This record gives sequence, structure tokens and C-alpha cells, in this order.
Amino acid sequence: MKNSFYETLIERLIRVTGVLVILFLALIFLFLLREGGATFFEASLRDLLRTRWYPNEEQFGLLPLVLGSLMVTLGAAVVSLPLGLLTAVFIAEVAPRWVREILKPFIEVLAGIPSVVLGFLGMLVISPLIREHLGAPTGLTALSGSVMLGYMALPTIISVAEDALDAVPKSYRDAALALGATRWQTIWRVTVPAARSGILTAMMLGIGRAIGETMAVMMVTGNAARMPLTLNSFLMPVRTMTATIAAEMGEVAQGSTHYHVLFAIGLVLFLVTFLINLIAAWTIFRQGKRYGRLLS
Amino acid sequence: MRRMDEWANGRMNEFTNERMTEKFLFDQVSYTYEDGIRALRDVNLSIYPNEITTIFGPAGGGKSTLLRLLNRLNDLIPGRRLEGRVLLDGEDIYASGVDVHALRRRVGMVFATPVPLPMSIRQNLTYGPELAGARDRARLDELVESSLRAAALWDEVKDRLDEPGAALSGGQQQRLCLARTLALEPEAILLDEPTSGLDPISTAKVEASLQELKQRYTVVIVPHSVQQAARVADHAVFVLQGELVEEGSAEQLFTKPRDQRTEDYITGRFG
Amino acid sequence: MDDFPAGEAVRTIIVIAMKISRQIRQQLGFALLGITTVIVVLPILLLVGYIVAQGASAISWDFIAAMPRDGMRAGGLWPAIVGTLLLTLGTAVFAVPVGVAVAVYLAEYAQDTLLTRIIRLAIVNLAGVPSVVYGLFGLGLFVIFLQFGASILAGSLTLAIMTLPVIISTAEEALRAVPQSFRIVSLSLGGTKWQTVRRVVLPQALPGVLTGVILGLERAAGETAPILFTVAAFFLPRLPQSIFDQTMALPYHLFVISTQVPGMPVRIQYGTALVLLIFVLSMNIVAAITRSRFRAKRQW
Repeated sequence: MKNSFYETLIERLIRVTGVLVILFLALIFLFLLREGGATFFEASLRDLLRTRWYPNEEQFGLLPLVLGSLMVTLGAAVVSLPLGLLTAVFIAEVAPRWVREILKPFIEVLAGIPSVVLGFLGMLVISPLIREHLGAPTGLTALSGSVMLGYMALPTIISVAEDALDAVPKSYRDAALALGATRWQTIWRVTVPAARSGILTAMMLGIGRAIGETMAVMMVTGNAARMPLTLNSFLMPVRTMTATIAAEMGEVAQGSTHYHVLFAIGLVLFLVTFLINLIAAWTIFRQGKRYGRLLS
Repeated sequence: MRRMDEWANGRMNEFTNERMTEKFLFDQVSYTYEDGIRALRDVNLSIYPNEITTIFGPAGGGKSTLLRLLNRLNDLIPGRRLEGRVLLDGEDIYASGVDVHALRRRVGMVFATPVPLPMSIRQNLTYGPELAGARDRARLDELVESSLRAAALWDEVKDRLDEPGAALSGGQQQRLCLARTLALEPEAILLDEPTSGLDPISTAKVEASLQELKQRYTVVIVPHSVQQAARVADHAVFVLQGELVEEGSAEQLFTKPRDQRTEDYITGRFG
Repeated sequence: MDDFPAGEAVRTIIVIAMKISRQIRQQLGFALLGITTVIVVLPILLLVGYIVAQGASAISWDFIAAMPRDGMRAGGLWPAIVGTLLLTLGTAVFAVPVGVAVAVYLAEYAQDTLLTRIIRLAIVNLAGVPSVVYGLFGLGLFVIFLQFGASILAGSLTLAIMTLPVIISTAEEALRAVPQSFRIVSLSLGGTKWQTVRRVVLPQALPGVLTGVILGLERAAGETAPILFTVAAFFLPRLPQSIFDQTMALPYHLFVISTQVPGMPVRIQYGTALVLLIFVLSMNIVAAITRSRFRAKRQW
């Protein structure tokens, strides 16, 4: 009898931890809402949609920041999506066994490099390169940010896409080959389409990673809150939402409008990544596959 | 020679010449799976101690389901519906408040594929007793030896009790699994196609152990072939598509079955 | 009549040429894939190599074990290293028990109900929250609301919540990998669910769980944004004395010395980056070793 009491107690405790996870997520949302929502008592929506971000002069236009994030993320997507997919295809379908054995841990290592180290390298190595070869004034540009971010999103995209390709049943490939297709044709007409939902998920997660990245972009994009409106802006400094929070939070007075706006930016970031993850998870649940790899 | 008085007043114990009371009773038992498939239909069956009862029949007929009802291992499958009662020593084992874990210690099971736990041989054997609360080292050692002897494995492993169970051969592993249930000092032993993966020599060893075991326990076995049923059974039960078609002493059932379906199956007209 | 064999020959040649060109196209295609992979892999190798080359000269016993001097421009990284170690430990203390418990719940106890799906969704979302938003959250909840102040406690809690998804998912995978037959056997021997988990499933899953924990902690050790507002300080005269103290930390240290300290010798910057890299990558190696020992020693 004592045994069963102990047993039920343990089971209750374990079940509670599951709910804790939901609690944490809800807490994050709540606190962002609490501190960020106060913005709307102090600044109107019109104010927030202006094009000048000058907190020192009480100008809280968010557009330069939002566009900055968008631009850098877009650039990162252009870099990482094709490279990521092609590399994943290479690892999963083309590379000989021994190459795979080396590449897979290598991608993991790449995933482990701290973002501050990559930002540091970007600052000292990539930016000068961009400055010299592309004529940008300082080298701290949106392009630098895009390239760094693109590389940082690569491990996520590669490992999830590779898992998706691996999961395609061998029988599909065998059938195609038996019908006379070459390996190349099999890959692009059979395997990749079969894995497309997993690949799509990989891409969404990669983009999610890019949007949320902070340190590397902060160190490499120049942090000037201008409106990036032309293609040329890629060679000019830009500022992302994440960098704004990181850079200014330390100097802000608690309870001031600036403080609240920064939290509001955080709220926006949370909601955007929440949306992306919701869509990605919905695609996975529809397919019923494991999602474990995504989070590591 | 066995004196039997099967249908009227229960049976006589071969060893003590006393009237036996049944160990297990299936009373109008029907069992339906989640998807509506009826695995068992109105089964009435008594199982007696100190004899080997075989439940045989073609695949998918409900034999394993019937067996697993006896130690409530079917509880693991969600969405099942049981009608009727299953009694052990006269008490309904599906009544609320029944301690399922104690039940499974009283009614042990050996599975078709031997699954040694990922531990040493000794630990495999003491696992069950320790879960039940046994602590005394001497007592546990005693259990280890007695159960291995009863499973005819003691001589082969007594010098290597600390080796992993997985290091044994297939036949030895299965006898280890048998010893594992014996270490709990059960009242009944259920065996679900215990020799299906084994070579003929190991099979013969297991079947020989059963003859020893029936002296102390209630033995119920789902054999993997009709031949095995004929070899080991004292009492045989033929189950077809969830229905108990016929039961009787092995002698009678395998030579002069009463039901045509039984005869067809035994002679191999279907299977 | 005359051009019949010639026609045959031409047709044959064309067919062969097409086949070859198909083969060539395929080889070119594979080569392209290989090149992209090199484009992905090579720069990283080069950059890491560059850090090693530039920073190796700064590494010395003094650099690692001594306290900093001269406004960080000389001397050692000891307080930053200690700080990162403490934060990693703190993260482990909070994240591992909760993470493993949730994994046990999902793998062993949960049915496929709406609640379970919501929990899984929550985990995926926690994984996607940007690191700087975690920093804000930590600031709002732990530093201000719960009044822990900027402290090791606040930083560890923030990092722990951030690390939960990684630990949960790898631990759950490790638990699910344990064969179902073990569970059935344990139950048939009279074991309860918890006894089965505690005595058979968890021990067997332990190496896999450990790998996941190490990988999660590796990420926590390298993060800057979550600790910016919750614990990190640039210059502290002494090592932290309690969990309510602030501390220095390697990632934050690198960030500040490379962006905000004028006259910082470049060598020291590279050296700091190298130390952080070694710290993090050695955890990667430990994880890989654990994983392969796991595969070798399995009894199933």
C-alpha cells in the first residue's frame, strides 16, 4: 500500500513537469506583454510606425528596425537556403560513407560555435574583406550580417533536411533506378520531392534561427538605424530588432518609455518566431515524424 | 493413468489423489479490441493446477489473448473491453482494487522471444524479488540457485552468474527467463510459444522442465505447433477464431476429437 | 540501301553521345554539390584556423589562471572562465532534473491527448524563442519581479529554461530507443511503471541522455544575449561569492573587449576567442565520445 502511494506521487510529479513547460512559455509571453504592452499607454501606434528611431529624442519609429531585420534575414535566406539544401543533398545522397562520417560531426561542431565568436570573426575578418572588395564605407553592413547569419543558420537547415532525406524509404530510390533513371534524376525527381515537407521545415527553422540571432548581427551590421530601402542598402549599415534590444537595454531607465518599447520589440520577435514554429510544427505533425532532431 | 471426472465434479489430482479445485476460471469471457474486432467470444474454461494445459489453434485465433488475460498483461493495450469474469482461486482478478503487480508475481509469464534484461544473470533473477521488496542477501542467493536448478540451468551458469544475461545462447536465455519467473515463487506459469525460436535440443530441455514444474505449479502453455501440444499436454484446449471449440484430456482430444474442426486442424487440413 | 549502315552508325553514335552526356551531366551535378559543400565547410575551417593561429600566442598559464590587469588589457581570464563554469553548472542544476523528468513523462507516461500535443508544441516554441528575448524574460521575471537582481541565480535560471528543449528532445529520443520488450518483461515480473523506468529504462538511456545534456550545456556556455541583462558584468574586482552575485563570463567578455575597449591588443582578443572556442568544442568532443561509447556498450 505504501508502495502505491509513492508510485502515484512520483507519477503526479512527473506529469506536473510536463505542464511546467507550457507554464514557462506562457510566462515568457506574459512578461513581454506586461512590460511591452505598457508602450501603448505612452506612445501611439502611429508613433511606432514612424521611420526614425532616435530614443534619445523620444522618437520610437520601429520601421527601420523591422526592415533591418527583414533585410538581413532575407539576405541570410538567399545564402543559406540553397547552400543548405545542396549540402544536405550531398551528404545524404551523394557523399561516400567516409565523407559522411566526417561531415556530420563537422556540421555539429559548426552548430556549436558561439555566436559571439562568429560575430567577432565577422568584425575582424569578413567586414574588412567586404570593405575592400565591394567598396562599402566601413564593411559593417547588412551584407556582412546576411553572410554571417546565413552561415549560422546552415547547420540547422542541413541537419533537419538531411534527416528528412534519410527518411525517404529506400524503395522509392530503388524503384526509380529500376525504371532507368540516373541517380541525379532520382534525387531531384523522386527523393527531394518526397522529403519536401521535412525540407520546408528545415528552411523555416533556419529562418527562425536567423531572425532571432543577436550577437553576431550586432557586431557586424554597423548598428545604424536607417531605413534600408534600396538594393544598395545592402552595403550600408543597418540595425536589427534583436541588436537594438541587446545594445540599448543596458542603458535604459527601468519604467521609461524606451524600456517599454524595447520589451514591445521583444514581444514582436516572440510572436514572429512563434508563428513560424507553429507552421513548422503543424507541417511535422501532419506527417507524424519525429521532431527531436530539430531542437538540437 | 489419470482418473478423471471432468465435467461433473472437477478433476482429481494425479499426485495426491485428491479432488482438485480449479486455479483459473474463465466465466463467459468476451474480449473486444479498440477497433471492434472480437478476439474472444463467450469462453468458458477451467484450468487446474498440477497439470499442463495447452491452448492451441491457428494463428490469430485468440490463444495469446486468452493467456494474457490471466496475468492482466492485456492492460497495457488501451481501449479494450472485457466482458465476463476471470477468476483466480475464485476471485475476480479484474475487480477494482486488485493489486495488479502482486497478481503478476503470482502468475508468471515466459514469452516467445527470450528477453534477458540488460544486466547480469544474477541480477536478472533477483530483479523480480527485489521489486517486491526482498532485501536479504542470503534469501536472494537462495532464490537464485533454486530457480536456476528448477529451470535446469544451474550447472551451466553457476560459475558465471555475474556475466550479462545476453551472453547466453538462445536456449539458455529462454531457461533464464523461465528461472526469472520461478524466482518469484509464483503459483502459475504461463508460456507463450516458449520454444518457437529454439533448436530441438533446447526445446526438449524446456519441455522436460515443464513436466517437473507441473508438480508444483499450474502450467498453461500456448504451443507453437500441434505436435508440441500433443507432446506436452495433459489437458488440451482448441481455440478457433475466438471461440473455444473443444477441450479435453490430451489423450482423448488428439486421438478422438469430438468436433470436426478440431480434427481438421489436428490432421493439418487447415492451419 | 547504301546509307542504311551509315544511318545506323550515325544513330548509334548519337545515342552513345547522349548517354555519355547524361553521364557527364550527372558527374557535373555531383561535382556541383560537392563544391557547395566545400563552400559551406571550408570558410569555417579557415576561420577557426585563423583564430587558432592568431590567438595561440596569447595562451599561457597566466592567461588562463590569473586575474585581469590594466583594464583587461593584460593578465588573465580566470574570473571569466570561473564565471562561465558557474553558469554552466547552474544551468545544469535547474535544467537537467526538469528536462529529464519531462522527457520521462513524454516517453513513458503520456497518452496521445490534446494536452500532450500542446506540451510538445510548447517545447518546439521554447526552442525557437530568440536568445535576446530570453534575456528580456530573465530580466523581467528573475531580476526584477522576483528581485534576485542581476545574479548567477537569475542567469542560470534564464539559461536553464533556454536549454530545456534540447535536453528534453534528446533525452526523449534516448528513452524511446530502449526496446519495448524490456518494459514488458519488467511489468510481467510484477514491476510498476516507475520501477521499470527507474531500474531498466533510465539506466539504459543514460548515455544518450548524457550526450544531450552535454550538447545543451555547450550551447548555454556560449550564449551572450541571455546573460547580458541577467548576470554579466565586465569588470569585477573579485570572484563571485554567492549565487546572488554578478559574474564575468567568457562570451560577454569577448564581446566587450572586441567592441568597447579602446586599445585592446588584438592578440588578447583572439586569445579570448580561442579559449571560448576550446571550452565549447571540448564539450562537443566529450559528447561525441559519450555517444560512441554508448553505441559500443549497448546490451541490445
